[in-house]
Amino acid sequence: MVDVRHALAGKRFFVTGATGFLGTALVERLLRSVPDCQVVLLVRPGRRATPAQRVAREIVKNDCFDRLRAELGDRFDDEISARLQAVAGDVGTDRLGLDDDGIRLLSTCDVVVHSAATVSFDAPLDSAVEVNMLGPSRVAEAVVEARALAAADGRSGPAHFVPVSTAYVAGTHQGEAAEELLDGNRYSVAVDWRGEVAAARRLRDDLESASRRPERLAGYTRSARDELGAAGLHLLAERAERLREDWVKRELVDAGKARAQALGWPDAYAYTKALGERALTSRFGGEVPITIVRPSIIESALAEPRPGWIRGFRMAEPIILSYARGLLREFPGVPEGVIDVIPVDLVVAAIVAVAARGPVGTSPSVVHVASGVRNPFRYGRLVDLVQAWFTDHPIYDADGQPIVVPEWSFPGRGRVQRQLQRADRLMETAERLVGSLPVRGRRATWMAGLEERHALVQRALGYVELYGAYTETEARYRVDRLLGLWGELSEADRERFCFDPAAIDWDTYVRDVHLPSIVSHARVRTTPGRSTQVPRAERTRAAVLSPDRHLAAFDLENTLVSSNVVDSYAWLASRHLPARGRAAFVADLVRQAPALLALDRRDRGDFLRSFYRRYEGAPTDRLDDDGWELFHHLLLAKSYPSAIARVRRHRALGHRTVLITGALDLVVEPLRPLFDDIVCARLGRNGGTFTGHLDELPPIGEARALVLADYAAAEGLRLEESVAYADSASDLAMLEAVGFPVAVNPEAKLAAIARRRGWLVEEWGTAEGGPRPVLPLGPLDAPGARRRPGDSPFSPAARAGARRRLEPRR
Amino acid sequence: MSPRPGFVLDVDRSTPPTLFWHGEGFRLERLPVGSRVVYAPEPLEPLRDPRAAIRSALLHPLGDSEPLDALLRPGMRLTIAFDDVSLPLPPMARPDARQLVMEEVLDLAAAAGVDDVVLIAALALHRRMTEAELRHALGDRVYDAFAPAGLLLQHDAEDPDALVHLGVTDQGEDVEINRRAAESDLLVYVNINLVAMDGGHKSVATGLASYRSLRHHHNPATMRASRSFMDQHHSELHSSNWRMGRLIAESGVRIFQIETTLNTDTFPGTFDFLQKREWEWSLRDRAAFAASSAALERTPPRVARRIFHSVRAPHRLTSVQAGEVEAVHAETTANVHRQQLVAVDGQTDILTMGLPYISPYNVNSVLNPILVACLGLGYFFNLYRGRPLVREGGVLIMSHPTRPEFDPVHHPSYIDFFEEVLPETTDPVAIAERFEESFATDPWYVHLYRTGYAYHGVHPFYMWYWCAHALEHLGAVIVVGGDPASVRRMGFRPASTLADALEIASDVVGTSPTLTHLHTPPIMLADVT
Repeated sequence: MVDVRHALAGKRFFVTGATGFLGTALVERLLRSVPDCQVVLLVRPGRRATPAQRVAREIVKNDCFDRLRAELGDRFDDEISARLQAVAGDVGTDRLGLDDDGIRLLSTCDVVVHSAATVSFDAPLDSAVEVNMLGPSRVAEAVVEARALAAADGRSGPAHFVPVSTAYVAGTHQGEAAEELLDGNRYSVAVDWRGEVAAARRLRDDLESASRRPERLAGYTRSARDELGAAGLHLLAERAERLREDWVKRELVDAGKARAQALGWPDAYAYTKALGERALTSRFGGEVPITIVRPSIIESALAEPRPGWIRGFRMAEPIILSYARGLLREFPGVPEGVIDVIPVDLVVAAIVAVAARGPVGTSPSVVHVASGVRNPFRYGRLVDLVQAWFTDHPIYDADGQPIVVPEWSFPGRGRVQRQLQRADRLMETAERLVGSLPVRGRRATWMAGLEERHALVQRALGYVELYGAYTETEARYRVDRLLGLWGELSEADRERFCFDPAAIDWDTYVRDVHLPSIVSHARVRTTPGRSTQVPRAERTRAAVLSPDRHLAAFDLENTLVSSNVVDSYAWLASRHLPARGRAAFVADLVRQAPALLALDRRDRGDFLRSFYRRYEGAPTDRLDDDGWELFHHLLLAKSYPSAIARVRRHRALGHRTVLITGALDLVVEPLRPLFDDIVCARLGRNGGTFTGHLDELPPIGEARALVLADYAAAEGLRLEESVAYADSASDLAMLEAVGFPVAVNPEAKLAAIARRRGWLVEEWGTAEGGPRPVLPLGPLDAPGARRRPGDSPFSPAARAGARRRLEPRR
Repeated sequence: MSPRPGFVLDVDRSTPPTLFWHGEGFRLERLPVGSRVVYAPEPLEPLRDPRAAIRSALLHPLGDSEPLDALLRPGMRLTIAFDDVSLPLPPMARPDARQLVMEEVLDLAAAAGVDDVVLIAALALHRRMTEAELRHALGDRVYDAFAPAGLLLQHDAEDPDALVHLGVTDQGEDVEINRRAAESDLLVYVNINLVAMDGGHKSVATGLASYRSLRHHHNPATMRASRSFMDQHHSELHSSNWRMGRLIAESGVRIFQIETTLNTDTFPGTFDFLQKREWEWSLRDRAAFAASSAALERTPPRVARRIFHSVRAPHRLTSVQAGEVEAVHAETTANVHRQQLVAVDGQTDILTMGLPYISPYNVNSVLNPILVACLGLGYFFNLYRGRPLVREGGVLIMSHPTRPEFDPVHHPSYIDFFEEVLPETTDPVAIAERFEESFATDPWYVHLYRTGYAYHGVHPFYMWYWCAHALEHLGAVIVVGGDPASVRRMGFRPASTLADALEIASDVVGTSPTLTHLHTPPIMLADVT
């Protein structure tokens, strides 16, 4: 007989992976149910937190400890600090990153439980190898060193090493899998783990090099530009670098999956865990007493510390929630197949019982903690239960309407995958197509919605690819040893440390324990009717319009007015053109439009510099005058009244307001009284004519962010307390520079970014009753008017020159 | 055959449906049996030789005034002010009355050897006129002679250097007007007296004044005490202007007033049916109505608006008066009455009216909701002498789409008035107290008024004050076919059909009310006994 409490009372445990789902539950259970035991945790220092802080924040504060806190009352803090200790370390580095004191601390422990792992099924190959494949051996190596140190002191040191693995190391092949080491498993391919480690590390190096090849780098830059537009060098570089890292990671993920499947495992997780077992047993099997615990799919607690306790979202939750939201129309699976789920508290209890019993024999042994053989749960039943439950307890959409869940027809995985892949490709094409259209405002926001739906399809596809194997698995994991251990437990211990899978009533577990828990975790709406909360946009708007703000910066084109530099030019150039000259002028401009647009998209600065050459030789006094007419007849007519009201509102609130635009001074001059300051492009003047060259760099793209920063610094204003309004991803630098960015009628790229980052989006339209000129042309001079000399202020030579300069530079 | 006078029709079973203007379109409504429809008098015969009539008026002035040629001498400063784009409605076909008068005056000035001549558009707080509008009002000859030389000015009520404070009336009213006009040796004012409100001392005291001066009579109290402002002798608006006008005269400003009246020939050939009585519509009129209605239904409002705003009225001159302000104005008023007065017997419980696309303040622009209110409750409601057409506590039903459409160039402060002021309160007095000052002195509105084509920041307030008398008098205002949100924001009630409107009105006036329809335009003045 094993008396768990007696066997473990006063023992010291060394636990890795305590910040994880299983680890947290284990620590809590040890402290609550094993008298006087002490627990030492190996915790990685966080970026801004010591291990002790992480323990306090991420483990003890977790609602897992609510029960213990209630039971201990005032003694809780004292008890925790007396029995729980953290040491800095990392299973991804040799010797666990422990110094001599750390090893000495380890040598004072009796049982070592290794539950740290990269549990993500789609981890990059190299990190899965470092943590899952090498982790157990590293812990064992440290245990060996600690035991030697203890022996030298005349103590016994850690007597039992319990690494947590996964039942799926035995593969997902048909038939039964026994609780045995993999070497005895006839399905597993003999592969040298050292070779795998070396190959994974080499692959990382190779990919890092490959990702830096010039053509790849050019590709990242191109993609960044596609995504952000002309956002400026720095932002594009940042984005391109992130794309490169993502590519390396994705390649490593794919490589992991491919390698795993080539060897017969469903994914990199099972594969690296399996080879981790092999490495451990081959190197330390004879030296360290080892019991490997292999749970199947761990889900929310059946009873301990409370029914439904769960930490983070595991494998099934995102799928179930996507289904409840009506997003996952189908999921593959065999209805009569067994889905091997095991509640976390059963796994914890099994580990505790294994520790209490101690190692068996001299070679490593294996214990499965799985439900499939003892208490099989059919996939079809799970789906029925989930559907029934969400039909009774629907979640509600943003409008307070219940979401009707779809009925699954259990199609084959291939079909679902193909369907989703098709949708994925279709949406990608649609996105690229629409993304290249110059849409903005509401349509662009709708586009961003399309992008969001695309992301959902991709996620669904990801689930199917990742987890599909698990709903179709026909492997059955035997639990003879587990039940043997169960047989050795006293009635009282069985009560206290239940790990018999037969204890689960699946219907009750799904209906009353698991689903309510994940729904409350997911923070979805479970009540009908419109939300009484102030909508998010209104809250953000209130923050933008708080008197605490310092500065409000505005872009001009498509933020304040629905017009651009080409409109202004066309208006000014045609201002005094006679009717017959206009057609030719318009035709000319239309012919150049594609080249103009392309250049603008490529580089706004180049575009402006080249476009403004057209002003070369134009008379300054006449354009200064016409600038005013242009403002009142075109810009004001095409202005957004809400935008103007917003500028005025900021001023009334005492915020400094500044217009930062690449438009010309003569065009924005009439806006001066609206703002405290205007920063704009300034054309050189020479005598009575324009030079066609800008006096200084126009405030666009990144330069705009710098101008804003300089302005704020000079005025003693803080950017994190400031607001910026702009319409395009090319203004990203300015928007990112401030604490309160606002996207106005955003074009598709910015709409997507704003949506992702939760920025305020304003949809401002031109006044309904305003004049809406079809073409931005100046008014015809009255028939009786005496013609002024020169029909257009712009000389043909300047126009032709500007056109030549439009040709792409070679 | 002399033109027929105005006429009140009693609706019976045989009466054809009645035409209601509805913005850039029309509705035909069958009025309840027993209703009355007030029709305008037919257009008077115009002057046969307008130029000769003008010249004669200039040389044979009324009241205590010398003939114009006797007032002109070399070396003098002569300023000629003229009514702006708000008159007449719709803009009249060329030549405009102002052009005819101006050319005669300038001929006399040239003959007398006057060199220092400046023309000033008397904008008050209205928007500046565009080149095209100035050319239309004055003619190309006058425009090209003055504008390029900088001698054609538009009154700027916000230019401190261009204003002069002449004093304060015995009622404490500041009189501040255009400096050039005040400091000229002679100020000639060229009027178009479209309605009885126009002209008299109001020409200079309002048209060339500043906000500082205007606020004394453009306020809720004055407007409530003007019953109506179309009736000079019962209008506090006019009393105030008269006090100011007399002070201006006493300050030594020499004014030679020229007033002109037009007949009510409002719509050109194709739209002839709009000024006819429905039962007299010819086959051609019916066809024109059917065709234009069908076309308008398929036309976006924006396009329909452009079409309507291109309409030039065939208005013709019916009289010219010149000389001393008060004597001239008395004669002019008689001529306006001769054309517009319609005798109406007794008040009504419900007054209905169809509002057209145009008012004095949206020439070449859109009739925004505030202007809709002003046109109905300000102008049309006040087209009475004696008593209002509708009894106190009665209901006004007007028909207009009342879409939330605003012109950002002409009416920028209207947008903010609609968005920021009306949601707070629709009470003219509260509005004046809480909001007027900040709009009137707002630098951005001042900037747009001075440099662009925007009405002054305070102008939407004046439009609302124009409604003050009606708002106080009426039990309810219902807008048929109006955008419900806009209508409600102004404190009115929306109804989708006239029948619905009558149903709503029954809450206020009971189930068997009397109903009168004001069939305007053309413009008329109801003489209610």
